[in-house]
Amino acid sequence: MIRFLFKGLIRDRSRLLFPFLTVTIGVLLTVFIFCYLKGASHEFVEFNADLLAGHVKIMTKGYAAEADSAPNDLALAEVEKLIGDLRTKYPEMTWTARIRFGGLLDVPDEAGETKSQGMIVGTAADILTPGSAELRRLKLDKAALKGRLPSKSGEILIGEILAERLHLEPGGKATLISSTMNGSMATANYTVSGIVRYGVRALDRMGLVMDIGDARAVLDMEDAAGEVLGWKADGLYERKTIESLAADFNARSAAASSDEMSPVMKTLRDQNEMAALQDQLAAVQGAILFVFILAMSLVLWNSGLIGSLRRYGEIGVRLALGEPKGGVYRAMLAEAVMIGILGTIAGTILGLALSYYLQAHGINISGLMKNAAIMLPSTLNTRVTPAAYVVGFIPGLVSTLIGTAIAGRGIYKRSTASLFKELET
Amino acid sequence: MNLRRLQDGRSFAILILVPLFLSSPPAPAGQAAAPSAAEILKKVDDNAVPGSKIMVSSMTIHGRRGDRTIKAKSWIEGENKAFTEYLDPPREKGIKMLKLGNQLWTYTPSTDRIIGISGSLLRQSVMGSDLSYEDMMENRKWSTIYAAADDGAETLLDRPCRILKLTATVPDTAYEVRRIWVDIERSLVLKEERFGKSGRLLKTFEVKDVKQMSGRWIQTRALVRDVLKEGDGTEFVIESVEFEARIPEVVFSKASLRK
Repeated sequence: MIRFLFKGLIRDRSRLLFPFLTVTIGVLLTVFIFCYLKGASHEFVEFNADLLAGHVKIMTKGYAAEADSAPNDLALAEVEKLIGDLRTKYPEMTWTARIRFGGLLDVPDEAGETKSQGMIVGTAADILTPGSAELRRLKLDKAALKGRLPSKSGEILIGEILAERLHLEPGGKATLISSTMNGSMATANYTVSGIVRYGVRALDRMGLVMDIGDARAVLDMEDAAGEVLGWKADGLYERKTIESLAADFNARSAAASSDEMSPVMKTLRDQNEMAALQDQLAAVQGAILFVFILAMSLVLWNSGLIGSLRRYGEIGVRLALGEPKGGVYRAMLAEAVMIGILGTIAGTILGLALSYYLQAHGINISGLMKNAAIMLPSTLNTRVTPAAYVVGFIPGLVSTLIGTAIAGRGIYKRSTASLFKELET
Repeated sequence: MNLRRLQDGRSFAILILVPLFLSSPPAPAGQAAAPSAAEILKKVDDNAVPGSKIMVSSMTIHGRRGDRTIKAKSWIEGENKAFTEYLDPPREKGIKMLKLGNQLWTYTPSTDRIIGISGSLLRQSVMGSDLSYEDMMENRKWSTIYAAADDGAETLLDRPCRILKLTATVPDTAYEVRRIWVDIERSLVLKEERFGKSGRLLKTFEVKDVKQMSGRWIQTRALVRDVLKEGDGTEFVIESVEFEARIPEVVFSKASLRK
C-alpha cells in the first residue's frame, strides 16, 4: 500500500513537488534559525569567557567583592603554586593568570614632557610565550589593525580610538602611570607595537594589552595576579560540570581559610551579571524559536490544507467509485507523512549544511558593533547541536500531518448521494 | 610671631608636598567675647604660613596588604610653591613632585619623565595614600570659598574646640561641606570631616599630636582617612621642620625635577 501511494506521489508532480519544496524550505529555515540562535548564544558565552571571565575565575574574596574596579591590592599571591595545584586537581581544565589594571597613558613631546594623556583599562596576559592560547582568547590574532603583536618585553597594544586621541602610531613611545599592588605609584615606558580594533567601543577607547611579565614588573606583582582564569580543555562550557568544580574548589578553600585574601572560584555565570544575561538570552532565544516554529508550522499546515482542498475532485471520484472514507483519509495521512519525512530530511540536510558552513566561517557583524558599549563578538557563528538534527520534524512532519488531518475531515462530510451531482459541475 | 596652621585640603600638602601644618603663638592673657564662626575661620586662614620652610615628614599608609611608610623631604615657599623628594623606601626613592600655583608635575627616575598631573589624574590617590592630588592642589583661603556656621563644641586632645560647618559658596570646591574642630586659643584645626555634594562623608582628618617647635604650635601627627576606601587611613608625621629657611629659587623649577 505504501509503495502504491509512494509511486502515486512520484508520478504526480503536482501532489509531490509543491508540498515537498514547501516542507523542505520551511525545515531548512527552521534548522538554520535554530543553529544561528544557538551559535549567537554560544558566541556570547565564549566571547565573555575568553576575554573576561573564563569558564571559572579565581580571585581573592576581597578582590571578588570589588571585581569591577580590579583592586590589585587584593590580588592573589603565590600564583605559580596555585596554578600548579589547580593543574593537578583539575586536569580537565586549562589555567592561566591575568592582571587587570587601570591607569593613565602619558605621551611625551620632544622634550619628554606631557603632550597628551588618556585613561586606560589594561589587560595583562601571557602573550609573549610562543603558541600561547591567550592570543586567540584575547582575539589579538584577529583584532590587530596596525603594526604587529608585541614580540618582546616593553611592547604594548592599544585600542584604535585611544591611539587616535593620543596621536600614537605603532613604534610610538608612551608612559604608563598606575598603582602597584601595594598602592605606590607605578610608572614605566613602553613602545606601542600595534593598534587594535575590537569593534567594541569600550575596548577601542581605553583598551591596553601587555604581557603579564611586564605588568608584574611595573605593578610590583611578582608571582601575583589579580585573577586566575580556567577553561574546560575541550572549550565547551558545561554549566553543571563547571558549577560542581567551583563548589569543590570553594569547599576546599573555605576549609583552609576564610579571610578576604583567601581564594574563591566564580563561575562564568557568577560574574558580570552573566547569569541574568544568559537567562534572558535563553528566554529570548526560546521565544524566537517558538514563534518561528509556530509560523513555519502554520505555513506547512496551510500547505497541507491547500493540498487536500486542491484534491477535492479526485477524492470525490474515489468515494464515488466505492473507496471507503476511512481508506481515503488514511491514504492522505500516509501521503502527508511521506512528504513530511522526505521534506524534513531534505530540509534538515540543507539546513545543517548551511549551518556547518557558517559554524566554520561565521557572519561578520562588526559593522553593527561600532558603538556597542557591551562586550559582544564581531563575528557570529552558527552552532550545530544534536537538537538541530530533529528540530525540523516539528514543522516538517507534525504540521504537515496535522494540516492534512484537519483538511481531510471534509471527506467524512461528503454525501455519497450528491457526489455525481457535484462531479457534473 | 606668625600664627601658622595645618588645614585640611592643604593638609595633604602639609605632609606630603606642601607641609601646611598649623602653628600658633602662645595664648594671649585674658579672653574677649566669644568670636563668631566667620571670625574663627578668618583667624584660621590668617594663620597660614606665608614664609618658607624645609621639612622632613613620613606617611604611613595602613593598606589592606599591610603598612607602608614613605619618607619625604619638602621645600615650601608660601602656599603656591612646593618641591618634594621622596627618600624612602627604595621603590619610591628619587620620585619628585613640583607644585607651582595650580600646576603639578611629577618625575620618576625609572622613566626619566616629567609628567603633568591634571584632569582625571587629579582624583587619583597620591602614592596609595588616602589623599588625592586634588586635595593637594587646594590652596585658596577657606574664608573666600566657604560660609561658616557654628555647629557645637567639643574637647579634643584636652583642648576646647569650636565646631564649624563650612558650606561652599563657589561651585568648584573639591568638597561641598566641611566640618572643622578648631582649637580657638591656638587657631589650630584638630579635626575635620569632608563631605561631597550628596552629603556623603568622603574623608576625615584627625590630629593625633600637637607640639610646640621653635615657639610655634605644630600638628606633628595626623590621620587622614578616605572613608570610601578600605584600610585604616594614612598617618602623617612631621619629623623635623626648619622655618624661614633660605631656599634657592631654582628649587621650584622643572629643571630641579631631573637633578
